[in-house]
Amino acid sequence: MNKYVLASIRMALVTLVLLGLVYPLAVTGLAQLLMPAQADGSLITRGGVTVGSSLIGQLFTGAKYFHGRPSAAGGDGYDGTASGASNLAPTSKALVDRVKAAVASETAENPGLVPGSVPVDMVTASGSGLDPDITLANAYAQVARVAAARGLTDAAVRTQVDTVAQGRDLGVLGEPRVNVLRLNLALDDLK
Amino acid sequence: MAFDIARLVGYGIVLLIIAYPLGHYMARVFGGESTWLTPVLRPVERVIYRLAGIDADQEMPWTVYAISLLLFNFACFTLLYLMLRLQGVLPLNPTHAVGMSPDLAFNTAVSFVSNTNWQAYAGETAASHLLQMAGFTWQNFISASTGVAIAIAFIRGLTRREVRAIGNFWVDLTRTWLYIMAPICIVLALFYVSQGTVQTLAAQVNVKTVEGAAQVLRVGPVASQEAIKELGTNGGGFFNANSAHPFENPTPLTDFLQVLAVLAIPAGLTFTFGKMSGNIKQGVVVFAAMALLFATSVGIMYGFERAGNPNLTRAGADQVASATQTGGNTEGKEVRFGIEESALYGSVTTVASNGAVDGSISSMTPLAGGMAMLNISLGEVVFGGVGAGLYGMLVFAILAVFIAGLMVGRTPEYLGKKIGPKEMKLAMFAVLALEAGILVLSAVAVVTPAGLAGRLSAGPHGLSEILYAFASGVGNNGSAFAGLNAGTLFYTTTVGIAMLIGRYLFIVPVLAIAGSMGAKKQVPPSAGTFPTDTPLFVGLLVGVVLIVGALTFFPVFALGPILEHLLMHSGVLF
Repeated sequence: MNKYVLASIRMALVTLVLLGLVYPLAVTGLAQLLMPAQADGSLITRGGVTVGSSLIGQLFTGAKYFHGRPSAAGGDGYDGTASGASNLAPTSKALVDRVKAAVASETAENPGLVPGSVPVDMVTASGSGLDPDITLANAYAQVARVAAARGLTDAAVRTQVDTVAQGRDLGVLGEPRVNVLRLNLALDDLK
Repeated sequence: MAFDIARLVGYGIVLLIIAYPLGHYMARVFGGESTWLTPVLRPVERVIYRLAGIDADQEMPWTVYAISLLLFNFACFTLLYLMLRLQGVLPLNPTHAVGMSPDLAFNTAVSFVSNTNWQAYAGETAASHLLQMAGFTWQNFISASTGVAIAIAFIRGLTRREVRAIGNFWVDLTRTWLYIMAPICIVLALFYVSQGTVQTLAAQVNVKTVEGAAQVLRVGPVASQEAIKELGTNGGGFFNANSAHPFENPTPLTDFLQVLAVLAIPAGLTFTFGKMSGNIKQGVVVFAAMALLFATSVGIMYGFERAGNPNLTRAGADQVASATQTGGNTEGKEVRFGIEESALYGSVTTVASNGAVDGSISSMTPLAGGMAMLNISLGEVVFGGVGAGLYGMLVFAILAVFIAGLMVGRTPEYLGKKIGPKEMKLAMFAVLALEAGILVLSAVAVVTPAGLAGRLSAGPHGLSEILYAFASGVGNNGSAFAGLNAGTLFYTTTVGIAMLIGRYLFIVPVLAIAGSMGAKKQVPPSAGTFPTDTPLFVGLLVGVVLIVGALTFFPVFALGPILEHLLMHSGVLF
């Protein structure tokens, strides 16, 4: 019996070193050597300041910026240390009340948007709370507000949306989408 | 819609293209035959055996195999438990995570050793980099390799003639991760990084957002863990949001690779089984039964998520698919994945006992979420966990031939071995232990204040949260209706027990069956033999899985997901 116990402990330690330290550290070394930008978080800098990651959504509240989706990450949303979904049930009163409130504020803020036509991603929280993207329908619904706030024509803003929009990966995978941070930076860069 | 269905079918085809050759490769690895990696890995393998001080040439009877496995798993549990308790004073802790409490450390250690990856803690704050790597990544490989080793030993028991030995546990374990998992993981991890999955020893990035607010982004050695998390059907995320988090699963392409990685080995093992049994059709039959059940599950989950939640429409949202939006029930889903990839991911990870999620299962429409729960409750035999799914399904195959034998008055035989009362008792014990585990523990939770206090939702969804937790624990899945507060003493303890039941009360009878079958004589097929390599047997196997699994849970499902579905359509809120 002792023989089996000893073998178990030794095998546990050997595999811990190989799979728990050598493997992840080797991958870290290779990743940092070959693709440091991605390995560090696909960060975007403006004037030496890290303004965000192209993969992580952030909170936008001003009228001149496109807004991301509602977020359940942290108290104010888009908390990078508290990722998560609302996990509310499809029959949850809290969910329905939150969606109703979001529909009311979005239709008030965005000219031309009426209850019943609000894109569903605009009023539902994402799985991570850090979703960097919105749908094209969501972006188009915000064009009039952003254009008015920036003194641009609707057409000019719409062109920016279409420029930033991404198609499906490899033409078939996932869904078309607009990265909110990239879109807002592109608008700021116009001036 | 037609495009989505084409994409789902496309996934199935790509999976088959990967699984078939992988299955043959695995048969060569476990048969001790030479593969293209052997010249590089064989010397490493020898060094590992020498360091661990084990005799790789000695085959084991089932008792020694089981004892070695249990002692090894216990050693892993103890090491992991100690690391979790002491992580506050151990190195590589840039986020200053503190040592876990005894009950949470017990729950977490059991969870990773049993290939469940139930997470009662939030990864980005409660676990140090050392634990993410030397704790969780390590056990992701080891618990998965343990599962595969058992499956291979079980196949040997079924296919060998009059031999008591069923293989060497250390060799099966080591070959699984060394020849199969680690090489694939290194490639996958680096590809994930190229797509944006982070891989660094830093802990966080401080961001000054465009509007001037401070945002802290947690980072870490994510890609290396992500790779084995799916391939080993483990599922424990580096971050709380799991594969919904863009740093774990940045693009639809990584999402697609993740769902392929989850089912690659479980699907491949059906062909390994066919190859090792000397009749590939035996494996194809098992694959076909799994594929049928899986396709049904994907269809149901996609259909209900696509149709959406009428409560959202009543609140003023537009869920209709158009050229500019995917529509459907997007609560808890990421835009880049949409309905199709989210439904596929939800189905793949719940049939495969992989606790990963790329969105919230709890916020799915009731019957889609209910389907996820049913996938787990069927015993995780529809592809299932790596290794665990195959040996689970083969236990059902033994039940199926027995039932067929009763129906038509034939002697129950499987692969030329007569199935006796002893094997039947062991098989029934294994199956009933799982089902009783789920139902009894759920019953305890719904009649105790501590159990009820953990719910986020009232009404039928609250029952589903509890039921899902124990199904997930016993099924060694690890996903959750995550509204449930799993961090309380009641749930860390009871779900910990559920995970132990699901893993070890199944493994031991399975190895005992392997030992008993291996020692039997092979009888040549006669006119009384019920053939197990035909489409008829596929139907029989599917029928037995559904009858045993689904009927056991139908009453409680009626009170949970089915009732919630009806109430959702009549607009009743909780």
